Formats: sequence, C-alpha cells, structure tokens
Amino acid sequence: MIYLDNNATTSAYPEVVEAMLPFFTEKFGNPSSLYELAQQQKDAIESSRQKVAEILGVQPKEIVFTSGGTEAVNTAIIGSALAQQEKGKYIITSKIEHKAVLETCKFLQKYLGYEITYLSVDSSGVIDLDELKNSIRSDTVLVSIMYANNETGVIQPIQEIGKIVKQANVPFHSDVVQAIGKIPVNLSELGVDYASISGHKFHGPRGIGILYRRKGAPFTPLIRGGAHENKMRAGTENTPGIVGIATALEIASREINNKMPEIEKLRDRLQQRILDEIPEVIVNGGTAPRVPNTLNIAIKYVEGEAMLFLLDNEGILASSGSACTSGSLEPSYVLLAMGLDHATAHGSLRFSLGKDNTQQQIDKVVDVLAPIVQKLRNMSPFCPDELKK
Amino acid sequence: MNENEPKKPGGIYSKKVMEHFMNPHNWGRMENPDGVGKVGNPICGDVMWIYIKVEDNRIVDISFETFGCVAAIATSSITTDMVKGKTVEEALEITNKAVANALDGLPPNKMHCSLLAEEGLKAAIEDYIAKKKGKKQDNQKQEK
Repeated sequence: MIYLDNNATTSAYPEVVEAMLPFFTEKFGNPSSLYELAQQQKDAIESSRQKVAEILGVQPKEIVFTSGGTEAVNTAIIGSALAQQEKGKYIITSKIEHKAVLETCKFLQKYLGYEITYLSVDSSGVIDLDELKNSIRSDTVLVSIMYANNETGVIQPIQEIGKIVKQANVPFHSDVVQAIGKIPVNLSELGVDYASISGHKFHGPRGIGILYRRKGAPFTPLIRGGAHENKMRAGTENTPGIVGIATALEIASREINNKMPEIEKLRDRLQQRILDEIPEVIVNGGTAPRVPNTLNIAIKYVEGEAMLFLLDNEGILASSGSACTSGSLEPSYVLLAMGLDHATAHGSLRFSLGKDNTQQQIDKVVDVLAPIVQKLRNMSPFCPDELKK
Repeated sequence: MNENEPKKPGGIYSKKVMEHFMNPHNWGRMENPDGVGKVGNPICGDVMWIYIKVEDNRIVDISFETFGCVAAIATSSITTDMVKGKTVEEALEITNKAVANALDGLPPNKMHCSLLAEEGLKAAIEDYIAKKKGKKQDNQKQEK
C-alpha cells in the first residue's frame, strides 16, 4: 500500500499509542476525583497541557482539550461570537475554509441572524489583504482564516492578517489543523486569538483536538456541564487522548526539521515527474507558499474519481477534488474559488505525503498514474486527438 | 445490491461495475457514425457521447466516449453491450433501471449515471432518425 492521504488522516506514532495505553487500564480514575488514582490522571493532563503550550508558544491556561478539530472550530467561532453580541453580528471568513468553519458560520447566519462575508482567493489560492481590510466593519466580531488549506496545502499570510485584524480590534481565529506537524506553528507569533488543532492529522489519536484561546479573548463555552478545562469545556477529560495528542505534537514538531525536508523533496519529485511525463497538468496552488507534504494537481480531460479507483487498484491511496467521492455533484469549492472550471476541478487529485513514503513509492505513483491518465483520456470526449494514443 | 456481498474491490461499487470500469467495452470515437448522442454536463462531472452505426434498422455498432466517474464509465460500457445487435425500437426500450440492474445495482447517488446512459442512447437514436429524415428530404429535393 502506498498511502498518500495524510491530510485526511495519519497513522498514530507507536510512541503515542504506548503513552496512551496505561490510561485506559491501570490509570483509569476520573481526574475530578480526590484520590491518588485520580491525581495520576490530573498530573498527566496538566503536564500534557504544559507540553502543548510550550510547543505552541502560549500559556497552559490558554489550552483547551476538545473532542477534535471540528469541536475546537465550533467552540472558537460560536463561543467568540456569542460573547460579543452587543458589539455586533458580523463575521469575516474565506471561501476556502474547511466545512467545519463554513457550516458553523452558516449556523450562526441561519439561526442567530449573523451576517457573513466570504473572502475570495486569487488563482493561487491566497486571500486578498485589501479585500479583508475593506470588509472589516465596526460590528465585526470575528475574522476566521485558515493557516494551510487541506486540499491544496496553500498557506495564508496569517501574521499579516493578524496585524490587520488586531489594528481593527477584532478577534482572530485560525484553523491551523493542516499546518501542525508540517510547518512550525508559534501561536503567539502568529497573532491569533483562537486556533483549532486536530490530533489525528499529525500522527496523534482521533477524538482529540486542541482549542487555543488567548487569555482575555471574548469567549463563552459551547459544551457545558462542569468546571473542566478551566471552565472552558465541560466533560470528563479524555486522558488517553490528551496524553496521546501531546506526545504526537512533541514528536511531530521535532520532525518538522528532521523528516519534513525529506518529505518535501519527495513531494517536489512527484510534482516534477508528473509535470514532465503527463501533458496538460496544472499544479493547483503551485505558485503560492504551500505546506511541504501536499500536491494538488488538475489533470485535464479526465475525472478524479475514475483516477482514484484505478490508483486504488494499484494500491495507491489518494483523494480527489471531484464531487463523486463526496456524494454531491459539485466539485471542490476550494478549487472553484481559485477559478478552475468545473471539468478541471473534477479532474483534480490530492497527494498528501507522510513520514512513511519512500522515493521508490513516489516513482511508482508516476509510473502507474501516467498510463491511467492515458487510458481515461483515450475514452474522454474532451481530450484532443493529439493526446490520444 | 446484496448487502452481504463483499464490497472489494471498488468499495461502494458492485463487482460488475468494477469489471466494466476496469475493462470497458466499445470505447472510443467512431468514424462516420449514423447517430451521435451527446449528453451530460461538465458541472456535474459526467459527460457521455454515444455513437451508433445502423444497418437495416439494426444497431450494428456502438461506442462511447465518457468523461466521468467509475459509474459513468461502467454504465457507458454495459449500455453498449446491451444495445449492440438490437433494432432501433428494441434499443429505445432500454431504461436506466435496466442498465443499473445489468450492473448488479448502483449506489443511490450514482443512479444519475444510468439515466445519462439511457439519455445518451436515446439522443444518438434521435440523431440517427433526424439525419435519415434529412437525407430522405435531400434525396426528394434532388429527385425534383
């Protein structure tokens, strides 16, 4: 199996699983209890919080463990918005955000009368800072812009966005799910007020995420029912998950310097060989800064799902911008926002590399992909005759 | 689709769908077809072109060109199998349900692909009939 879908999920580091195991069995107490069994849990949670805060460049009290990236996003957006209702009901985000952000904004719009502006992106997938500046109003309660896009890997200028937003005295949330473990993330330096993180995207467990909330940033909890997590998120703590995500973050952050440069070389090799060997291919987001592991390509005249199944048949696992895999008919809204036409967006593939990929694997992908594309192009009514063989 | 059947290879698709997708029959552009049906919409990601050759009211040859997903290619392929050798009237009776059944079923969100095949076939036959009429009229004009 050649796994090239690390932006979807990753395998857990063995060290992560090992660190988690005792907290399912012998160290099982409820952290809120008073006896020693519970204290072990509390200590593990607090040292994990300490570790996470240190790596992310923030204070432990600003770290909230959640059930995942989606909950972190929901909590940041709704929790910030509801705490500022007197100021206004207007939120700015972008067209290329993850559904967790978009659907949460839609929820506020539909049920609580919020107004949402969705910033556009240029053809490379980056938002326009002037459009952002012009969109800010006195009743803006939140700006939410992702750090790295899950489909293209394109990085947004978060620091510059942070400065603009801060000047306007508006709180700033960033979904940094796809950046963690791929590029260094120091939340203080980024200038965000909230950030959302998901454990399973960097070799941690599923069912655990992190919400960063800068001390003093407007906030009211979404999940209620106890004083857990410094009164910011109720519910008995997921101790194994918390220990797991802290361990994963520690290893993944270290690996940004060790392993990521290798992964980037492989990604670049994959990109170059595809461009050299398959005609009429576009690298989506290729001219913007990107996280080192992601390659999104549009292969003209063919459809993504068909390519994915033929790759799967050869043991290669990737994902596509085509609608067909998601069940809706519309192709990737991210690629459409970048100006791709529908047919080209349908013919896009995402390869997201990870720690276990080798050059041999990457070479095999190209060796397999080229004839697959040819086979499908031969069948395609759009394909010009000179490309058919 | 039988729920208990092993789903692999192909995940959501039947074995039959995957067979036709992996090795489609009768694909490619046809030289001098008697009828062409062009259906679908790139916005939805499926475009199907069906070519037919008709002799003595019988579809003696058929081929397709399809831009689309696994289901779109598989339905194109099986439709050409079902149609080859049939009279024009027989071919017009082929429904999208028959196409889906011949593939041992399609996932619900892919049923539109079988509809596309039915429409593509009908469009090709309509094109053939229209061309025939046109020829007849041309001939009549020439005779006059």
